[in-house]
Amino acid sequence: MSSTAVPGPVGRPRGRRLPSIFRRSGWQGLAFILPAVAFLAVLVVYPLIYTIVLSFGDTNAKLNIVRWVGFDNYKTLLTEDKEFLDLDVFPPTGALINNLKWVVLYTSVSLALGLLIAVLAVRVRYESFIKAIVFIPMAISATAVAIIWRFVYEPDPDLGALNAFITTFGADPISWIGRADTVNYALIFAYVWASTGFAMVVLSAALKGISEEVIEAARTDGASEWDIFRRIQLPLLSLPIAVVTVWLLINVIKLFDIIYVLTGGGPGNASEVIAFTMYDQTFQNGEAGYGAAVAVVMLLLIIPIMVFNIRRFRSERVTA
Amino acid sequence: MATAEAAVSGPPRASISERIVGFITRTPVHLALLLIGVVWLVPTVGLAVTSFRPRSDIQASSWWSSLLDFHFTVNNYQQVLDRAGMSDAFFNSLIITIPSTLLPLTLAALAAYAFSWISFPFRDTIFLIIVALMIVPIQMALVPLLRLFRDWGIADWYGGIWLAHTAFGLPLGIFLLRNFFITLPRDLIEAARVDGASNLRIFLKVVLPLSVPALASYGIFQFLWVWNDLLMALIFVQNSDLWPMTIKVNQMQSQFGGEWHLLSSGAFLLMIVPLAVFFALQRYFVQGLLAGSVK
Repeated sequence: MSSTAVPGPVGRPRGRRLPSIFRRSGWQGLAFILPAVAFLAVLVVYPLIYTIVLSFGDTNAKLNIVRWVGFDNYKTLLTEDKEFLDLDVFPPTGALINNLKWVVLYTSVSLALGLLIAVLAVRVRYESFIKAIVFIPMAISATAVAIIWRFVYEPDPDLGALNAFITTFGADPISWIGRADTVNYALIFAYVWASTGFAMVVLSAALKGISEEVIEAARTDGASEWDIFRRIQLPLLSLPIAVVTVWLLINVIKLFDIIYVLTGGGPGNASEVIAFTMYDQTFQNGEAGYGAAVAVVMLLLIIPIMVFNIRRFRSERVTA
Repeated sequence: MATAEAAVSGPPRASISERIVGFITRTPVHLALLLIGVVWLVPTVGLAVTSFRPRSDIQASSWWSSLLDFHFTVNNYQQVLDRAGMSDAFFNSLIITIPSTLLPLTLAALAAYAFSWISFPFRDTIFLIIVALMIVPIQMALVPLLRLFRDWGIADWYGGIWLAHTAFGLPLGIFLLRNFFITLPRDLIEAARVDGASNLRIFLKVVLPLSVPALASYGIFQFLWVWNDLLMALIFVQNSDLWPMTIKVNQMQSQFGGEWHLLSSGAFLLMIVPLAVFFALQRYFVQGLLAGSVK
């Protein structure tokens, strides 16, 4: 960047044609990206490779590799670790299965609610008000969301709103996050509450992009509101729905904070997910090699989504 | 303006009977939205109300029954700020968040300029690799980064978390800013080049002033991302005197358990800054979030 003071016309008359790497602009381009690339190389790419290496070894307390174990960490993780995956019981249990529940329920319910609210809200005058209410949880941390919902789920019906609600119908109060059979659903709903605003905003913006004339024309032709939604709006929403789904899926695979704060993976191991197992094994049990194998499994689950994203990015560039 | 247009070209006024029919057919919509509004408001309002009630009241009666006979107090907030150390945690959060926002913003803007307006070898390949890095989960880097920061002697200080947030914020920043920079008018950049302006000068005097909305969107997104982060702080801030609010609130939870007068006010202190940012800069925030939906 010392070249800023160089006077005279730049870029125009270039006389000889050198390979672009020797041209001034080439060096300048590299100078501009160098700080960012250096950060990414040292603090993202190097750790990424190191963690893959680490997953084939055992470590000591100082996080140094003391012994190579080949694929043993992966083998143990997928076949022997009942807390991660237990296929011997029916239905199967473990962190991976919990995460699968999250993938199915969290993704579909957030998407459906977001779409429902977007479709309903355009029909009323207080649209921006209701959208703001649903969107606000997007701004706050998962830690705060966890505290908010811990209060809602309190077993004492004089504290917890949910138990107060069900006890008015004569039901007994339930310890929602203290029971293995309800804890995952309670967690999923709390996080759906936090994420629906995102789906709603994306889908609402897309809905407004659909020409009002098309919809009016269909209405005059006698189409019902359901027909309009099913045959005009929904097909035009397929791309934004894909965007939201990708976002929700990545969110669900990286899921950690809300579980750490709300249940700590409990009761027992009932609410553990992949990212929680990674943290637990690495930083609580001191098994950094084993934890690295869990992290690699996370990455392998995310890669298909990454490929999809890059394809989408490339096709956008072609059309641009 | 919308009302003026409606007054000129709006539809003819509906008759009373038409309005009644319209209202009745829309009743299910209103009811559904009412239910949604309740489900989305009650949890937060309940905690907010509780945070302003005396401890003895919280134990004696529910927050919804207290609304009729409310005893207001800010004592809980005083306790949390002074005795539970939340005021220190608030400043720690700020000290962690501000450099972790400005540093990636600067580096990402520089790189995004080069990716948009300077041609150099392997430009598109390098850019694609950076976009791909956006999806790498932080879990793939926790242990190696912790080792690095220990070697460099910054694991007991803010340095480690600044660097980690910067590195993991960069791919999204470069992606977003580059997508904005390439939409700037080519003539403007070319004209500046012909006038002899250097790339740095074009970047500072032409591109940055025109890109304030994009810079604001990414800056706000990164600020809230870092402010709300728990996992990276748990690993990289090892000195408990430097803990940000997210860790502090979580620690209060295990320390005080069901002491809801402290937990509720602590959680609200954690939410204040994001809520203020949200209400003040809603437009940029939503834009940044929509654009950043790939992260």
